[in-house]
Amino acid sequence: MAEEAKYDAIVVGAGPSGIAAALTMAQAGLTVAVLERGEEPGTKNVYGGILFANVLAELVPGFLEEAPLERHIVTRRFSLLSEEAEMAFEFRCERYNQAPFNYAFTVSRARFDRWFASKAEEAGAELFTGVVVDDFVWSDGKVVGIKARGERPGEYDELYADVVICAEGANSLLARKAGLWKNPQPEHRATAVKEVIALPREVLEDRFHLQGDEGVAIEYFGAATKGMVGSGFLYTNGQTLSIGVGVSIAELHRRRPIPNPNELLEGLKSHPAVRPLIRGGETVEYMSHMIPEAGFRHLPQLVTDGLILVGDAAGLVNTSLFHEGTNLAMASGRAAGEAVIEAKEKGDFSRQALSSYLGRLRSSFVFRDLRRYQNAVRYLMDHPQLLREYPGVFADLLARYFEVSGRPKEEVRSELMAEIRRRIGLLKLLRAAWGLQRHVI
Amino acid sequence: MIAESGLLSTIEDKLYRVQYRHANESHIRVDQEICRGCHIERICLSICPAKVYSLEEGSGKILVNFENCLECGTCWIACTEGAIDWRNPQGGFGVRFQHG
Repeated sequence: MAEEAKYDAIVVGAGPSGIAAALTMAQAGLTVAVLERGEEPGTKNVYGGILFANVLAELVPGFLEEAPLERHIVTRRFSLLSEEAEMAFEFRCERYNQAPFNYAFTVSRARFDRWFASKAEEAGAELFTGVVVDDFVWSDGKVVGIKARGERPGEYDELYADVVICAEGANSLLARKAGLWKNPQPEHRATAVKEVIALPREVLEDRFHLQGDEGVAIEYFGAATKGMVGSGFLYTNGQTLSIGVGVSIAELHRRRPIPNPNELLEGLKSHPAVRPLIRGGETVEYMSHMIPEAGFRHLPQLVTDGLILVGDAAGLVNTSLFHEGTNLAMASGRAAGEAVIEAKEKGDFSRQALSSYLGRLRSSFVFRDLRRYQNAVRYLMDHPQLLREYPGVFADLLARYFEVSGRPKEEVRSELMAEIRRRIGLLKLLRAAWGLQRHVI
Repeated sequence: MIAESGLLSTIEDKLYRVQYRHANESHIRVDQEICRGCHIERICLSICPAKVYSLEEGSGKILVNFENCLECGTCWIACTEGAIDWRNPQGGFGVRFQHG
């Protein structure tokens, strides 16, 4: 990396948000350096399992033919687990089987991120891998560059730019260093562990009722996280499946003994509804990652003089039932890129000028969705019975409802209604349903 | 315990399937002084998905097996006592995910 070089923009992190920003700016003719701490883009990146590609389709119109996609999600399944039972809602739609496949795909991040980064390089962005950025270069209270860690301790290479876009992810130390992400709290992050399990393609397709490149996405609630706020997930890839669990760090903080995330994952893997789905598979990789769950009201400050935060570093994840993140990452990266292009035209890279980024987010689905679901995590934390007690109660009632007993159904039915009144309360149940539709669904 | 099917259950077994390029120097530092007065039951010992932290018998010191780190950052968010100083490993080093 040449010292004293100056770019229009430096992007820290070659994930979906950083590359979307770099691509947008490079396409407009700006000089862009992308600094990635991994050996290659994607080697440090982990996600929940779905690449939501609606923004990608606009950034790279030919992505359907070009991108290394594994499967498109044709079936969504939402499953509430008790200790012994599964209550599920499954939706399969033929419409999702036709291009553009509802813009929902499973990918291997190591392969996808490398491909996406190559698109930015083709557009003219320069990618430097194996570079750790430890700090910014400041001048008169403005960010004017970055300090990359040098070969020897305490030594730094400096690189300058009009704007730095921080796309460092949920564990962004730079956002903290710049004072934009103040006082990190366990309530504002979830931790997730994930395992990739190999299964022969035919077994995978038979087991999940898939043909060709069809895929399924399952989300598990309730006993999947031992009643803690969070969820489990299972996604089918080409010849592997990804299974994982994500839980609010604040919830782990409160439990005694404090559970290890891998224990939760093992609990999910051994659940009677899940075990048959992964049977005979082989663990090929294990990983962990944080997810920003702060919600709209606790986002960090996203812009300062010469600096913009995007993607997970900016806390842009829809924590409701939709669990969208990759599309919000790309949308924010693009919005940041556009803000920088506009700032360059004016020659003004102040906080005020760069704040057109916020305007772009505000008028897009990014802020509208984050605002709509800003209380999702809080609501579930304040109503622990929803994920902790109710799944067991419902499973028990349903087991008795469908029980083949020789008793008149009428008798069973009225007995169960009485029990719902006793164990939950009709008013409480209605209020829970209202709260869920208001904040989470 | 390795299950007959190849499905792994323990963290130790799973970490064998993870690729790393090991750095010489630890990217994690622990303030042992703060640790001794921990008010949150030494959450680092239980919460780390890669069992990076362990207790040295006798001394009660926290040992840091930084080579196992999956670089999620959970430990330093969870350690509200502020005893963990987590930095990114040296460029190109650390965990190297093949799937992600």
